[in-house]
Amino acid sequence: MTHDPHDHAHDHAHGGDPHAPIKAKEPEGHYQLLADAVRELLIEKGYFTADEHRAFIERIDARTPALGAKIVARAWTDPKFRQRLLDDGKKGCAEMGVDVVVANLVVVENTPSVHNVIVCTLCSCYPVFVLGRPPDWYKSAAYRSRVVRDPRAVLREFGTDIAPEREVRVHDSTADMRYLVLPMRPKGTEGWSAERLEALVTRDTMVGVAECRLAS
Amino acid sequence: MSWGEGIASRFKPGDKVHVAARYPVRGHIRTPFYIRGKTGVVERICGQFHNPEELAFGKYDGPEKVLYRVRFDQKHVWPDYRGGPSDKVEIEIFEHWLEPAK
Repeated sequence: MTHDPHDHAHDHAHGGDPHAPIKAKEPEGHYQLLADAVRELLIEKGYFTADEHRAFIERIDARTPALGAKIVARAWTDPKFRQRLLDDGKKGCAEMGVDVVVANLVVVENTPSVHNVIVCTLCSCYPVFVLGRPPDWYKSAAYRSRVVRDPRAVLREFGTDIAPEREVRVHDSTADMRYLVLPMRPKGTEGWSAERLEALVTRDTMVGVAECRLAS
Repeated sequence: MSWGEGIASRFKPGDKVHVAARYPVRGHIRTPFYIRGKTGVVERICGQFHNPEELAFGKYDGPEKVLYRVRFDQKHVWPDYRGGPSDKVEIEIFEHWLEPAK
């Protein structure tokens, strides 16, 4: 059978043997080895099966900011739902079919006088069940240490200028709660359907490092 | 839901509280260093949860502790704070780290 060596995707340099065995370039780091060892032990001791662990990761990876956007758009268009969501974020999410899993979700509302932003200075707690996995910057030491110390400067680096007369409120997720920012609905969207509004609500607006805008 | 309903708590929303300035060298402590020794106001009672300082060492049957959200003025937390005078930081803090503030 004839074979064109370039009819498939590959990550090796041109000119090499396309069928060379795949070799790890460097050994796994300390924490990866530790995580693998703990996982294997828990499986061996019968706490969960490999398939249950795989399915859990699959379930987490199926969560995306689209879930949060649906919740925000409903809050923008249904004042009674908005109030229920602010009163009890976990129950509000459950109404939308989203299981928050953790103890509770504190929904913090941006207003013309307050801008909220979320961080976890101790580790990287994040509302995974409404936004999916956090971006790398959220877990970085730079974001975690600086946003609590100098939030306005960090927000400016994200392109978000908060007017001096607006209060900036930083939420440090240090224990059992998780946080979601309810951004402000942009002007000029009066009469829009919830479906149309969802497109304006991005991950970063729900963490509080950006504000919702109409596409220019 | 009314936060903290039915919970016997030492503090209630609006109370001024002081975070203990304790610095144990060991343990899994969820009170950040930057807030120890500072004074804030209870924003809400979050509920009752097992103490992470025990959970981290495999003790799952210890008593539950009341967890608060406490609001602090940024100008108080960071004397050289560069933001606005009304800026705040809110943090979850367990009851055993709080004392009444004068």
